Amino acid sequence: MQTLYDKLWNQHVVPTESTDVGGMSLIYIDRHLVHEVTSPQAFESLKLAGRKPWRLSSILAVADHNVPTTDRSQGIHDPLSRLQVDTLDQNCDELGITQFKMYDLRQGIVHVIGPEQGATIPGMTVVCGDSHTSTHGAFACLAFGIGTSEVEHVLATQCLLMKKSKTLRILVEGQLGLGVTAKDIALAIIGKIGTAGGNGHAIEFAGSAIRTLSMEGRMTLCNMAIEAGARAGMVAVDDVTIDYIKGRPFAPQGEMWERAVAYWRTLHSDPDAAFDQTVILNATQIKPQVTWGTSPEMVVDIDGRVPDPEYVTDELKRKDIQLALNYMGLKANTPIQQITIDKVFIGSCTNSRIEDLRSAAQVVKDKRIASNVKLALVVPGSGLVKQQAEQEGLDKIFMAAGFEWREPGCSMCLAMNDDRLNPGERCASTSNRNFEGRQGPGGRTHLVSPAMAAAAAITGHFVDVRELKDSLS
Amino acid sequence: MEKFHTLTGLVVPLDRANVDTDAIIPKQFLKSIKRSGFGQYLFDEWRFLDHGESGMDSSKRQPDPGFVLNQPRYQGAQILLARANFGCGSSREHAPWALQDYGFRVIIAPSFADIFFNNCFKIGLLPIVLDTAILDLLFVSVAMHPGYQLTVDLQNQCVSTPDSNSFEFEVDTFRKHCLLHGLDEIGLTLQHADKIKAFENKRRQEQPWLF
Ligand code: SF4
Repeated sequence: MQTLYDKLWNQHVVPTESTDVGGMSLIYIDRHLVHEVTSPQAFESLKLAGRKPWRLSSILAVADHNVPTTDRSQGIHDPLSRLQVDTLDQNCDELGITQFKMYDLRQGIVHVIGPEQGATIPGMTVVCGDSHTSTHGAFACLAFGIGTSEVEHVLATQCLLMKKSKTLRILVEGQLGLGVTAKDIALAIIGKIGTAGGNGHAIEFAGSAIRTLSMEGRMTLCNMAIEAGARAGMVAVDDVTIDYIKGRPFAPQGEMWERAVAYWRTLHSDPDAAFDQTVILNATQIKPQVTWGTSPEMVVDIDGRVPDPEYVTDELKRKDIQLALNYMGLKANTPIQQITIDKVFIGSCTNSRIEDLRSAAQVVKDKRIASNVKLALVVPGSGLVKQQAEQEGLDKIFMAAGFEWREPGCSMCLAMNDDRLNPGERCASTSNRNFEGRQGPGGRTHLVSPAMAAAAAITGHFVDVRELKDSLS
Repeated sequence: MEKFHTLTGLVVPLDRANVDTDAIIPKQFLKSIKRSGFGQYLFDEWRFLDHGESGMDSSKRQPDPGFVLNQPRYQGAQILLARANFGCGSSREHAPWALQDYGFRVIIAPSFADIFFNNCFKIGLLPIVLDTAILDLLFVSVAMHPGYQLTVDLQNQCVSTPDSNSFEFEVDTFRKHCLLHGLDEIGLTLQHADKIKAFENKRRQEQPWLF
């Protein structure tokens, strides 16, 4: 009886006599995704040591963090950003690594393009020098973020030395309410188990509510496994998974496809498999979520209030809440719906896929953004998502409402390019981290779903999207 | 990688839980394509009153006197005391690079985020997990005694205090071995190159769609 994680792990252990030395195993890596921020030092050291990438065909590279989301015809004006992107281009050209360059229609956020291209398929180990690599676990992959030294290690050896994690199963049972999304499940889970709740564990998301999620939704959920402290999150294979992959450029074809699918269908936890921990959530009770603080666990229901540190007995916790309230410029007990916003960001590897854009567009259709909203951005996750959205006319809906329609990239998720908050500005954001300064120094981030971000854009403050007529389907 | 045996060093307390990698080294400094020079921007938004950008000379900036690292008594600290879930957030190795470049060799906390914890070992920075109760004690001791030092002995896996208390900590045998000898992990793995090749070939036959 094995869990999905056990199966994936066992499939990738390279037998060596030193396997299990101090609990470490040598794990073979199938897919290595690379972006411009965490790779330059790895390529440099590799070169200095006179080493070459072990298997070029395992690597797919793209620049996403530093690329501008406005007119790209002038290139990148910030010299440091430009240098980082140029360095990736050079390294890929020199070594013969497949890369989607800035002007390629397929360019986008690394965690959006992997699945979109079929470069992420079930049963793989997927790594990237980026913590949100957990996203790819939605395809029953063992996918996790690594640091730059490990990027170099994988380049040089196609392997990583790893210690097996414990397993945490999160069961979400029941039917999700209308207007409640995978993002709300993710935030509700983090609210329940905390940002360290998954430390040392690989999470498997299961239960009837997960089975009914689309691949986009499952990716959103696995994306935020890291915010729950787990390096990897995953979901078992089912028809939804297989239908999504079929026909994608890097996916197997013909007879190979049939063989692959037969294997993929084994990628689920056995019925009696034992997990180190199980957490259960009732989907019917999950409401739209809004974070109020500077950690994703500082989250409440849309009809809730900002907490009052006075009532918190744990001294450290009380201090944390106070620090967060100060940073966020919020008073204890303020109803969430009374918090007004300055900017809106719809994008990031959490929520920039076509389904996310559709659900936001539905809310803003035939409406205008509120007068206090200074900037509302939609940043599609990839050039292909952008193209698809334009074919569906979503760009027109957003622009008519006063949103800006941008080129794909990480954008204001972490503000390494020009898209950012000014000090004190408050943002409804579909990204994954509300850390201090994440979206710009002094900026204040509230994490929400795309539909909730769209609703906030229209009303100028947080509002329960379920109460906006015509906004749901 | 730098070797680590024992260290007796000055301790600085950072009394805050969930310190994330964006706080340790804000993103504007990640634009560098180098591995060094991050120490001057460590905890940049907490350490300085003015806004920092990559390439600035931090010695000419305005430090926030209220931030613990800026207090005269903690100058030259090599051991950082921290709270739960230290290093949560991104996988940026720039965070351990910045801590090491600033002068830290050891971080002691009740828990660390997984990727950060792992990254530390790769560069010779030692993260140590001790019980919250012990950390509480150490936080009090540091506050009470200016110049408070701890001794960290990796071989014997213990942290000892000036008043001869000693606390054991766990560390994986393999990681300990690498750290004690300053070993290059890539070189070690490449000793298994033939086994990796054999595994890869078998995989290519069984699951050709992966290649
Ligand atoms: S969108 Fe944000 S979280 Fe995702 S990879 Fe880019 S910067 Fe990281």
